[in-house]
Amino acid sequence: MSSSSVIEKPLPPDLEAINLSKHFGTLVALDKVSLHLKPGSFHALLGENGAGKSTLVKCVMGFYQPTSGDVCVGKQSRGIKNPAAAHQLGIGMVYQHFTSVPAMTVAENLVLSRFEGSPLINWQQEREQLGAFMDTAPFHLPLERPVGELAAGEKQKLEILKQLYLKSRILILDEPTSVLTPDEADEVLGLLREEVTKGKLSVLMISHKFREVTAFADEVTVLRKGKLAGQGLVKELTIADMGAMMLGEAREVKSVAKTTLENPAPVLELRELGADKDNGLPALERINLTVNKGEIVGIAGVSGNGQKELVEVLCGQRSPTTGQVCVNGQPYQPTRKEMTKHQVYVLPEEPLQNACVPHMSVAENLALRTFDRPPQSKRGFLFLNVIRQMARALIETFSIRTPSAQTPVGNLSGGNVQRTVLARELSSETIQLLIVSNPCFGLDFSAVEYIHSQILAARNRGVAILLVSEDLDELLILADRLLVMSEGKLVYESAIADADIATIGHRMAGH
Amino acid sequence: MMQMQSWRKTLEFICIPLGAILAALFAFGIFCAFAGGNPFGVYYSIYRAAFGSWSAFQNTLIRASPLMLSALCTILPARLGLVIIGNEGAIVLGGLGAVAVGLAIQGGAPIIVQLGMALGGMAVGGLWIALVGILRHYRAVNETISSLLMNYIAIALLNQLVEGPMRDPSSLNKPSSYPIADVNMLGNLPGMRVHYGLLFGIIACILAYILIQRTTFGFAARMAGGNLRAAKIAGLPVGKLTIAICFLGGACAGLAGMVEVAAVHGRANISLNSNYGYGGVLVAFVARQNPLAAILVSIMLGGILASAGILQRSHGLPDATALVFQGLVFLSILYSDSLYGRFDFFKERAIATSEV
Repeated sequence: MSSSSVIEKPLPPDLEAINLSKHFGTLVALDKVSLHLKPGSFHALLGENGAGKSTLVKCVMGFYQPTSGDVCVGKQSRGIKNPAAAHQLGIGMVYQHFTSVPAMTVAENLVLSRFEGSPLINWQQEREQLGAFMDTAPFHLPLERPVGELAAGEKQKLEILKQLYLKSRILILDEPTSVLTPDEADEVLGLLREEVTKGKLSVLMISHKFREVTAFADEVTVLRKGKLAGQGLVKELTIADMGAMMLGEAREVKSVAKTTLENPAPVLELRELGADKDNGLPALERINLTVNKGEIVGIAGVSGNGQKELVEVLCGQRSPTTGQVCVNGQPYQPTRKEMTKHQVYVLPEEPLQNACVPHMSVAENLALRTFDRPPQSKRGFLFLNVIRQMARALIETFSIRTPSAQTPVGNLSGGNVQRTVLARELSSETIQLLIVSNPCFGLDFSAVEYIHSQILAARNRGVAILLVSEDLDELLILADRLLVMSEGKLVYESAIADADIATIGHRMAGH
Repeated sequence: MMQMQSWRKTLEFICIPLGAILAALFAFGIFCAFAGGNPFGVYYSIYRAAFGSWSAFQNTLIRASPLMLSALCTILPARLGLVIIGNEGAIVLGGLGAVAVGLAIQGGAPIIVQLGMALGGMAVGGLWIALVGILRHYRAVNETISSLLMNYIAIALLNQLVEGPMRDPSSLNKPSSYPIADVNMLGNLPGMRVHYGLLFGIIACILAYILIQRTTFGFAARMAGGNLRAAKIAGLPVGKLTIAICFLGGACAGLAGMVEVAAVHGRANISLNSNYGYGGVLVAFVARQNPLAAILVSIMLGGILASAGILQRSHGLPDATALVFQGLVFLSILYSDSLYGRFDFFKERAIATSEV
């Protein structure tokens, strides 16, 4: 391995995706998308969640085999069978989340990342080579520092360094800045930009931040719902143009049967609510929010801007750091007693991980809210036949497809797990407040339709609903009032009739 | 239809452990042959010593009863997803607590003294393991390691007390506490040499089963053990559940200590530390954390323990041979855990009636 051939390398090869499609069963995740990453250019891939960005990139990397279409590297068609084959062609991917071993040093992680490896490591030789490599690398990291001691920005640099170390000439970055502060993001992307300008690298970056696209990218490709929505040179496009491509211009608010209440009373009130992320950095900053009876308040935003933490605080999975949650005018703690008293229910995202016990039966999971009250139990003893009967009724009403009430809920399909949770959370006659988070993520069209209709039906019954979603279409269909969350703050509010898509796009992107 | 499904599942739960025991017997036979014994003679001797006669079976039962109680100390917290192996410590301290209460109220009616000893043992054992739960819930201390280390503290505490403040000056070779008066000792079951501890063990296992499967407390614990995030969404008090279930588990092991003191040794000394704690951990895992299965597994392990002597006497094998057998049985049963769901015969049949 020689590291002296730094100067005057030829440009990286072309990377082209030609009419690439990927179907998962009946779901079309990617529909005839073409993209050309020119040698020595910085290309951004924009789109909402579920637009097909990751699918496209995974087809290129060989994680998925495309249903139809072709991937060409250096003007030659290559059937990339697996990620190792992609690496052979000089394509490397940097993931959203770190893939280094925290307890090992930078040098050890770099050596570890090599695909082939002799059983013995000559550390002296490795160190010399790594030292020489570091001298030519765009970023410098202390080789002997354990990765656990590095800051987030430095860890992301290490991920990129790994790819350079593996001699990747084409870098694919999957939302590389989602875990970085804006300053760290600018530094990392700025240095990569310099490498691209020097002709050493080509970069394809998945993003949903317009700011980064305009600051660093040469070209942009926009996807919407699996289709190509637009393509062009960044300097010829405005943010408004890109926003329109990403969100779609011809969006009309579908009217659904909504009844309005005479005198709306506030049910959920958040006062100056704050919370931290897992890493101790603030996630929510002094949120104030009211949800009235019979109203759906939608919260839009790019993922990772505090929505997850907000929902976790409301459903008792995270403690707030400041402020107060009030339900029906009284301070509210998410204990079982108060949940029952105020009739608060939750449809969290990823229901199998968040709201079910996978190895317990559908019947037991359906009883999670009610098992400690008559008729399902008396004086602490469960009546299993009552629980089973109630489960059968719910399975019938909500059309949950399961072999039996005794089947472990983890064996059901995603849509039926969501139906199970929906049945449990919406079957109460006296429900007053419902917290919903990305209820349709990863579900097919008919399941989406059904879940939307159930949420609307609850609203029309007078339930106050807080709907957090990354799918703007969903919010436009369901919400009465729309708020945008960005960097832990609510930055926009409007009634759904007055909502302005362009402004929402700007606010979501942090402008 | 549901009958059919559970029928195949039940058969799986019986066939796989049985197969594992046969495999262990086979491996043990090879070991005995190498050690110079006749494998079939050894099998027969184990059978005779463990279950061969009423008298032998009673020996087995005497050893099985503390194992049942001790196993519950692992089984109950396991429902909450905790792996607790502090049974030995809870037994030792439970015995100590029982002696302390028994000596303090020794003038009372025997039934009161026995009740006091039982409550004393359960309270001390329960608090000991509850401490593990508290460390786990509030300070995120790994419960397996903390409960293991607390065993050593418990044994040191026992030694300190019986050699110091609680020592009976007449116990010369083996420092012990003052003895419990004969009238206050737990008697034997009618017509048997087996003490009442066996009854305690069986009742405790049945109660534990009911607690886990049929009460709201058990349901909440299973939910929290299965998915903490789902339990929090349902507002279940996870901290209280953790501490309560640890207390109950520890109380069972504490009762085992009380039984050992009040039915076997008559006083607290280092004999309390006789590996029933670790045996209980094994029972819990072999029984797949099911309290009813723990009754049977305890009797099986009790039988193996009871056969140690005869292997030495009649076959010239070292008495640790029983430990080899025990190890082989447990290894193969733990290995067989990975076989569940691997055999098509035991799989639930697809339901033809449900539409696709």
